[in-house]
Amino acid sequence: MGPLVPDIISNEFNFMVALLVGIAFGFVLEQAGFSTTKKLVGLFYGYDFTVLKVFFTAGVTAMIGVILLAHWGLLDLEMIYVNPTFLRSALIGGLIMGAGFIIGGFCPGTSICAVATGKIDAFWFIAGSLVGIFFFMEAYPLLSNFYIADNMGNLRMDKFLGISKEWFAISLTAMAILAFYFTQKIQNNLQGIKPVYPKQRIIKYSLFAILPFAIIAFIMITPDSKQRILNKANTFENQHAAKEINADKLVVELANNYYKINLVDVRSPEKFKEYHLPLAINIPLDSMLNREWQKEFTQNYKTNVFYADDSIDTRKAYVIANNISDADTYILSESTSQFKYLILNIDPLSNTASKNEQQLHQYRTDMARIIMELDFRLKNQLQPEKKQTKKVKGGCS
Amino acid sequence: MQPKPFMNPYFAGFLLGLVLLTTIYITGRGLGASGGTKSVVAALVKTISPSHYANTNYYQQSEAEHPGSPLKSWLLFEIIGVFIGAFVSGVISDRVSLKLEKGPKVRNTTRIIAAITGGLLFGFGSQLGRGCTSGSALSGMAVMSFGGIITMLAIFGGAYMLAYFFRKLWINN
Repeated sequence: MGPLVPDIISNEFNFMVALLVGIAFGFVLEQAGFSTTKKLVGLFYGYDFTVLKVFFTAGVTAMIGVILLAHWGLLDLEMIYVNPTFLRSALIGGLIMGAGFIIGGFCPGTSICAVATGKIDAFWFIAGSLVGIFFFMEAYPLLSNFYIADNMGNLRMDKFLGISKEWFAISLTAMAILAFYFTQKIQNNLQGIKPVYPKQRIIKYSLFAILPFAIIAFIMITPDSKQRILNKANTFENQHAAKEINADKLVVELANNYYKINLVDVRSPEKFKEYHLPLAINIPLDSMLNREWQKEFTQNYKTNVFYADDSIDTRKAYVIANNISDADTYILSESTSQFKYLILNIDPLSNTASKNEQQLHQYRTDMARIIMELDFRLKNQLQPEKKQTKKVKGGCS
Repeated sequence: MQPKPFMNPYFAGFLLGLVLLTTIYITGRGLGASGGTKSVVAALVKTISPSHYANTNYYQQSEAEHPGSPLKSWLLFEIIGVFIGAFVSGVISDRVSLKLEKGPKVRNTTRIIAAITGGLLFGFGSQLGRGCTSGSALSGMAVMSFGGIITMLAIFGGAYMLAYFFRKLWINN
């Protein structure tokens, strides 16, 4: 699941990614015409709205892409950087940048494209911006109070407006398309032309205008990846096929290969704290799909074994794990209390017990002792258990 | 050689959106530009006057973000890429040539002074506004950042408000 940095791509390799996406960024900006002030400034005098078209199309494309990837469970929205809002400095900083734009004819990114294609004015713009940044850094002690005023955190538009992400995406897309339509009219009026568009072109552009709305509608109608997994977990059909392991088998596995077994208690943290099986970790059922836990049961070299107080919860956990992980997964046939009763708090044998019963009893007692000891040692960072040393008594004293 | 025409703006915007989306998917952050320039300034100050660098609050904040050297910054690598990408695109489309672009009635010195002034304001504003057109406005829009969209409105609104007063820099009337 994205973002791939830092878990899948290291922070060092990320510099390489920066260079590569930078190349793509610069290439597209230059192809769009952002390396010349004629195109950039045209926006403010109504003769060329390229900047608006490129900028809004890019913003809408990326925005819809982000919610679509999140919908499919490929991107974690909680992990990505949302520019923080400091209202006053955002507004005043923006206005100063606007002045810089209309006077200098560039913005920082486009000035780099322009200088790369040999524009001497862009070179001076960059020189000026170095000085401007230097001024800010030097003046920072005077500006810091203003700079950090009105901190609204990493606020998103949808939260600010109290609407869903999808509805915000629809509104912004509609605004963009209306802007495209009317700015084209303005441009045509200024240039005094009345173009007649071929019918095919009108159809093509209309289809492209409908596409983003169709994608957003798809996102709104279909359940997202989490919801799909939960739906599967809640339907009964999927609950028959669960692979089970019984208490006796589990204890011998734990005793011999505890490091290969991921025994997961899917009950609430309170119940886990109250009592849990030896060597178990706790991942509550309702937070299994949270990113912080997923690593725990998607380790391919470990076998997951889930248990809970009732078999429905255990089976739900099983379905969820199977949907997001390739790891071998089992459920414990017994509930928490049955396991405890069978293995750990075993009743003393009655006198009439058969030989088989006696053997089983002995086996369970041994295994319980081993896993309790393992549990103790692992909790104490693999220190060997302290044995009470008794002085050897003997001799003549 | 005649320069090739520019790309259809909607198609270019779509491609730019995909580049931005890829960046967010891989790195969890958006694109930017002014932050790369800032690293250069910080590195220059560190080289020229290390004691001043060590005693100034803002440089130390930036030092904490980029331990080791101010040049070890994601955005600096990215803008080096931007330079390369734009150059390649310019070469392919026959648009690379040394020239000073300006409005029809503008002298060269005026254009250079305006470019420096504009750069100065943009540089200063980008620090105050925590990002420029790329890092704050465009990337902010992609993740629906309230601050990013406010900054975007302020940048374009500010430029529109002042466009009339600076029209002689760019157009005939």
